Amino acid sequence: MGQRTTEVTVGLFMLAGFAALVFLALQVSGLSAAQSGPTYTLYANFNDAGSLAPRAKVSMAGVTIGRVRDVALDTKTFQARVAVEIDQTVDNIPADSAAVIRTSGLLGEQYIDISVGGDTESLKPGDTFYSTQSAMNLERLISNFATGK
Amino acid sequence: MNVIAVLGRTGLDLLASLGRASQFLGATLVATVAGLMPGGGRFSVGLGLLVRQLYVVGVLSLAIIVVSGLFIGMVLGLQGYTILSDYGSESAIGQMISLTLLRELGPVVTALLFAGRAGSALTAEIGLMKATEQLSSMEMMGVDPLRRVIAPRLWAGFFSMPLLALIFSVVGIWGGMLVSVEWLGVFEGSFWGNMQSSVEFGSDVMNGVIKSIVFGLVCTWIAVYQGYDCVPTSAGISSATTKTVVYASLAVLGLDFILTAVMFGDF
Amino acid sequence: MTDSIHIALQDVIFSRSGRRILDGISLEIPRGGVTAIMGPSGTGKTTLLKLIGGQLRPEQGRILVDGQNVPELRKKDLYRMRQRMGMLFQSGALFTDLSVFENVAFPLRVHTALPEDMIRDVVLMKLEAVGLRGASQLMPAELSGGMTRRVALARSIALDPELIMYDEPFAGQDPIAMGVVVKLIRDLNSSMGLTSVLVSHDVPESLSICHFACIVADGKVIGQGTPEELRNHSSERVQQFLTGQPDGPVPFHDPARDAAEELGLTAEDSR
Repeated sequence: MGQRTTEVTVGLFMLAGFAALVFLALQVSGLSAAQSGPTYTLYANFNDAGSLAPRAKVSMAGVTIGRVRDVALDTKTFQARVAVEIDQTVDNIPADSAAVIRTSGLLGEQYIDISVGGDTESLKPGDTFYSTQSAMNLERLISNFATGK
Repeated sequence: MNVIAVLGRTGLDLLASLGRASQFLGATLVATVAGLMPGGGRFSVGLGLLVRQLYVVGVLSLAIIVVSGLFIGMVLGLQGYTILSDYGSESAIGQMISLTLLRELGPVVTALLFAGRAGSALTAEIGLMKATEQLSSMEMMGVDPLRRVIAPRLWAGFFSMPLLALIFSVVGIWGGMLVSVEWLGVFEGSFWGNMQSSVEFGSDVMNGVIKSIVFGLVCTWIAVYQGYDCVPTSAGISSATTKTVVYASLAVLGLDFILTAVMFGDF
Repeated sequence: MTDSIHIALQDVIFSRSGRRILDGISLEIPRGGVTAIMGPSGTGKTTLLKLIGGQLRPEQGRILVDGQNVPELRKKDLYRMRQRMGMLFQSGALFTDLSVFENVAFPLRVHTALPEDMIRDVVLMKLEAVGLRGASQLMPAELSGGMTRRVALARSIALDPELIMYDEPFAGQDPIAMGVVVKLIRDLNSSMGLTSVLVSHDVPESLSICHFACIVADGKVIGQGTPEELRNHSSERVQQFLTGQPDGPVPFHDPARDAAEELGLTAEDSR
């Protein structure tokens, strides 16, 4: 095996390794340039944030438009204050839109869905959602159903 | 009394060989740095040695890695489908396959195969060089075998392992897709979609890469040390080769637990 | 003067795994001659060469090469010193993954910045000197034992050293190959004027080429001088070694318990 051939094969090996990394980044973890683009922050207060966790997705009409950055307790109102980062490209969310915590599938992870309002004004960076709907609690739902309420 | 004495002696021996191995690693790193300094020899020569070892250690391990990756991915597809379809959530199979491979099976199985394929070969090669006085004669020619023989092999292992593990994971995911999507009829969109929504580049892909970098260093370190430290007889070389495979496998599995706890554990 | 003495060992003590191999040995090796160090197997002759080359460290004593104390040299200086030394190992120790040509070129490529055509000329010259120019493209596995040793010799003189050490150059060679090695050692010594140190237990061959010889046993020098002086040496042990008597001051039997007792021939009644 000549030195040249060895070098070329090793080069191909390196290339294959990095191609694998790129494939894992783009196709498997769905990392795309748009998500690392500029974002702005909105807040939403929930009575019950359920198991909503940072990095959960924020979607509108089923399309992901941002991620949850932080979930914290507001010690004045005892509500969960959730900070979400929305893509800069979506800068015209109507001001009366509602943030709803939903579950993907029956047992899947929770995410925030924004149901669009009809206001002509739109939310500005740092604004808080006017209306929210807390996480559906499966246990409570079942016990309500069982006791016939 | 006797048992305690034996235990104590074994413990001290283990400690001493760990110390020697660390000294050896340090000396190799120093030799590498000295080789990279100005006046430490031509850079192209060192690069040539590294490329040669990347070929031996990395490229020649590719076949076993690709074949094993494919089969493990396919098995994951079959098993995952059987289990998940009981709950009617076979659409989560992409997520299951990719997370299993990226976090655990990719780095760990690659490292185990690497220890068996490349590690044992490294030990035997270096041990034989020692037995035939090639290392000694190199020293007598004023050439440091740590720099000339050991360092290129150590770094080749260090660079090859993460690349091999990445290739393993990709081939495995493809194999899993082949079984679940092509044969068992899981919807392709939900296969990729579930995968993309649950796999995080930073915490899943990169943590796997970090794991395999650590495994690469440890496996190659054990392999070259066992070769360098072996008793230069045929029995010595064969026992060193066995030790390489056993120690490297145990080290990989033990480290994997520690790394997993640090990376994915919630504490 | 140190100038006529190339290597001097002063009260060197060396042990391995608890066994004392060299027990306060002192030795002087003159410059420009062939010195043979002879002795029974297992008396630390190879250890002696490794001590001179700085591959092993003595427990005590000084080893002076060109006036430099080898055990105290820093790694860098040691490697520089070794470039002026050649060593021929018992097995030849050729690099099995390189051709004969590349083996001889190896020290040149590492230590010099010679252009490729110069390296080629030097390598072919050195191979010519050992009579193996035609074998330059063979791999070490294709060589016979004698040829391996000659190639290794060509490699160890590639950098034109001042000192060359031979570790058992005659062991396991057929008579012709042995004759070739004897001739090469003598020719190299006279043509290049280098100091040669020869470690061997082949008495006639060693005495035929050396200018000075010493006999080592039990970690000490038991006799030294020119070959002529040694042949007329008064010590019985020297004579036993030179003539190869099976029994003498060095007994045929290893120290052991009484044979009768160990074989169980002494019956119960002795207790």
